[in-house]
Amino acid sequence: MDIHEYQAKDILSGYGVKIAEGGLAYSPEDAVQRTREIGGHVWAVKAQIHSGARGKAGGIKICKTHDEVQAAASELLGKRLVTHQTGPSGKVCSRLYVEAGTDIAKELYFCLLVDRSSERIVMVGSAQGGMEIEELAINNPDAITKIYIEPAVGLQDYQAREMAFALGLQAEILSHAVKTIKGCYRALRDLDVSMLEINPLVVTRNGELVALDAKMGIDDNALFRQLKISELRDKTQEDPREMAAADRGLSYVGLDGDIGCMINGAGLAMATMDMIKLAGGEPANFLDVGGGASAERTEKAFRLVLADKGVKAMLVNIFAGINRCDWIAEGVVQAVRKIDMKVPLIVRLSGTNVEEGRRIIAESGLPIITADTLAEAAEKAVQARNEVVAKEAALEI
Amino acid sequence: MAIFINETTRIVVQGFTGKIGTFHAQDMINYGSNVVGGITPGKGGQIHLGLPVFNTAKEAVQQAGAEASIIFVPPAFAADSIMEAADAGIKYCVAITDGIPTQDMMTVKNFLRRFPKDQRMILTGPNCAGTISPGRAMLGIMPGHIYLPGNVGIVGRSGTLGYEAADQMKRLGIGVSSSVGIGGDPINGSSHRDILEHFETDPETKVVLMIGEIGGPQEVEAGLYAKEHMTKPVIAYIAGLTAPEGRRMGHAGAIISSAGESAAEKVALLKDLGVVICPTPAAMGDTVAAVLAAM
Repeated sequence: MDIHEYQAKDILSGYGVKIAEGGLAYSPEDAVQRTREIGGHVWAVKAQIHSGARGKAGGIKICKTHDEVQAAASELLGKRLVTHQTGPSGKVCSRLYVEAGTDIAKELYFCLLVDRSSERIVMVGSAQGGMEIEELAINNPDAITKIYIEPAVGLQDYQAREMAFALGLQAEILSHAVKTIKGCYRALRDLDVSMLEINPLVVTRNGELVALDAKMGIDDNALFRQLKISELRDKTQEDPREMAAADRGLSYVGLDGDIGCMINGAGLAMATMDMIKLAGGEPANFLDVGGGASAERTEKAFRLVLADKGVKAMLVNIFAGINRCDWIAEGVVQAVRKIDMKVPLIVRLSGTNVEEGRRIIAESGLPIITADTLAEAAEKAVQARNEVVAKEAALEI
Repeated sequence: MAIFINETTRIVVQGFTGKIGTFHAQDMINYGSNVVGGITPGKGGQIHLGLPVFNTAKEAVQQAGAEASIIFVPPAFAADSIMEAADAGIKYCVAITDGIPTQDMMTVKNFLRRFPKDQRMILTGPNCAGTISPGRAMLGIMPGHIYLPGNVGIVGRSGTLGYEAADQMKRLGIGVSSSVGIGGDPINGSSHRDILEHFETDPETKVVLMIGEIGGPQEVEAGLYAKEHMTKPVIAYIAGLTAPEGRRMGHAGAIISSAGESAAEKVALLKDLGVVICPTPAAMGDTVAAVLAAM
């Protein structure tokens, strides 16, 4: 789960990380009021969306008058911002963070994350902040310092100092830098944070170290013990279909194609989507119905897939292990009867009680296309989709 | 031989008396696994499915000679159960539980590393379907009947995609020495590479099918190991050609977050390392058959 910049900063501030004074705004009037409270002559009006690279997308405005703040806030609120992390559909900004301008002397990069390879927390830093770490990793990998942290003993002072020196920080702010770095590490450990990125971390002209941006991702598996963090969830930033699926215990990812999918198991789901692509089609979604695909669950999954009006055909691929194909077939038949399905349905069943499952589908009298193998299922789905598209085109002419 | 488990391996079930533990324990017994009891703290001394229940893993090892365990404990408590098994002297543990926090798994891995290698418990999973040595023993939740006994080792992250592979092979009359699920989590007990090492030394295994997916460095690390240390052919399929970057595809670990983690990149790297690539998920059986025929 991702949280907003202002939420991450609020958390980090509690761990001794210095942030600029700021406040939240839901309207242009709010934004102007925040600037009055903050005082000064320069403010940053920042769109709060779950994505990095907001600056490039026009999501951060530097303002010098209240009129400029008003105009920037009017423009940003309700705006759909597209970054390389949001995908082409972008994310809508519905809240702003208004912050005092910071007098920047130097921009740095700092990040803590779980490293899968070493199975440890790794601290990543660079004296060349501001730009994306992915670009830096390609253009100037030597400018990046990585320090691995032994989980049993945690981050040591000398490691924080090593990082501070790698960031090019001067002796005068060394103790403040150590405090900042250790604060970030404690936040990560206490709150089950899987990724914490401060880009940029800046040195001000007054010689202070300030987190100018903050991005935080929380381990979904740990939310059961991070109740306060769970409350920070902003559902407007998540795909409504994915939210609806999660609420029903299904794992769904919306994609740009037009062949809807319902599959059990994440690996088989990805493989089936690959087969659709290899057969010349594009999947509309990833949907893992999990192990216990009951009739009720099957119906919910069907409704979810078909809620996407772009779907031209639907493919069901179930490998029954603990499940039985006859139960799944019953569920599919029930779902099709309940829902008025307008698109062709292709069903491939495999595993336990497969003959019985196929018989139930065949005897249902419903126009369900069946397939024996994975390849056949994908080919039939693409063919059915193409027929639907051809028919639609003929109607338009 | 097969790897990790056979018909004599003495198995205990952690989280034995719960609904899921009971269901799968019965299924494993029906398959012929040598289940000798279970562990549920506070229910020690009871009899469940005709077998003794122990309070602790240590009791299970001392009194029932437990060698292998399988974990059906809920995510909040699963890491603790894994460490209990390791400390009690269990040799091989499968963690089925889905949803264990990443930091808990970091703690588990760190705990395991403190044992000398010859005394260290081997862990596979979490979030996996388990391990089966067809015709001998099943330590997992898979449908046992889809596997023929044979000489192909299977290692994979996904449960159902592993079933798909076993099923394609069965249709061609090809059997499996052992099939090991390593699970879909970002930090897991054993990597693809760890399992390849075991298959390399198993006399019954002639070739290995590795079923990988997007995200993380493990498939490529396994490919490097295969090139440098293995005499047996390795065949691979990588799922997720259509997966968009930065989105989690069901498994917590299935997310493309850096260079080299997409399916296309992994396939290209593995090809360079001499791994035989299954061009499509429908061709896993045929590709294995072709490699076997050429031996």
